[in-house]
Amino acid sequence: MDGFLDLSLEIGFMCVVLSVVMAFIRMVKGPSLQDRVVALDFMTVAIVAFCGLAAVRYETAAFLDVALVLALVGFLATVALARFAERNSVRSREDHTND
Amino acid sequence: MIDVTAGSLIILGGIFAVIGALGLLRMPDVLIRMHASTKIGTLSTGLILAGCAVVFGSSEIVIRVVAIVLFILLTAPIGAHMIGRSVVSTGVPLWKNEGIPEDEVDKMLPDELPGGEKP
Repeated sequence: MDGFLDLSLEIGFMCVVLSVVMAFIRMVKGPSLQDRVVALDFMTVAIVAFCGLAAVRYETAAFLDVALVLALVGFLATVALARFAERNSVRSREDHTND
Repeated sequence: MIDVTAGSLIILGGIFAVIGALGLLRMPDVLIRMHASTKIGTLSTGLILAGCAVVFGSSEIVIRVVAIVLFILLTAPIGAHMIGRSVVSTGVPLWKNEGIPEDEVDKMLPDELPGGEKP
């Protein structure tokens, strides 16, 4: 039965890494800043899942602490970048109306 | 039995992660992409961490996993709301059925609205 868990861990690692790569492609391509922020958000959540898989694979519970901190930092990054995009656009619009 | 349960949860989470990334890559505009990525990302991470909790099985790990999943469940809608508001206030161009011929758009629309009115 141990073989099934190892196999499913391999499949899970492959799927999560594939999703991170696809999100990275969107982050490079993304036409607007908001596309890139959404892709970054998804990458953070996928890497939290990766930390959970690593905790099982290497039998180290400390990876779960890494996952918790990563979720926190990822949320802060998303909120900060969203606020930045919004304020940036408002400022450029005000500049246009002043011209 | 524990291995089979945990392995199934992990495989299911991995498949959902790939589906979410596919939506992020293929959908036509920012809001639809956000719709695909935030919810499915939360679901896949929750499934994989649940598999992790099943493997370890001790109470401290379960508490940690529940804390992570609760945190993601709380913060994902807030982040998505902030991004959506910045999309609307910035005026990012949205998708307007480009690439679909005009006569097929009418065929795709429902005949009746949910309230029973005619559109």
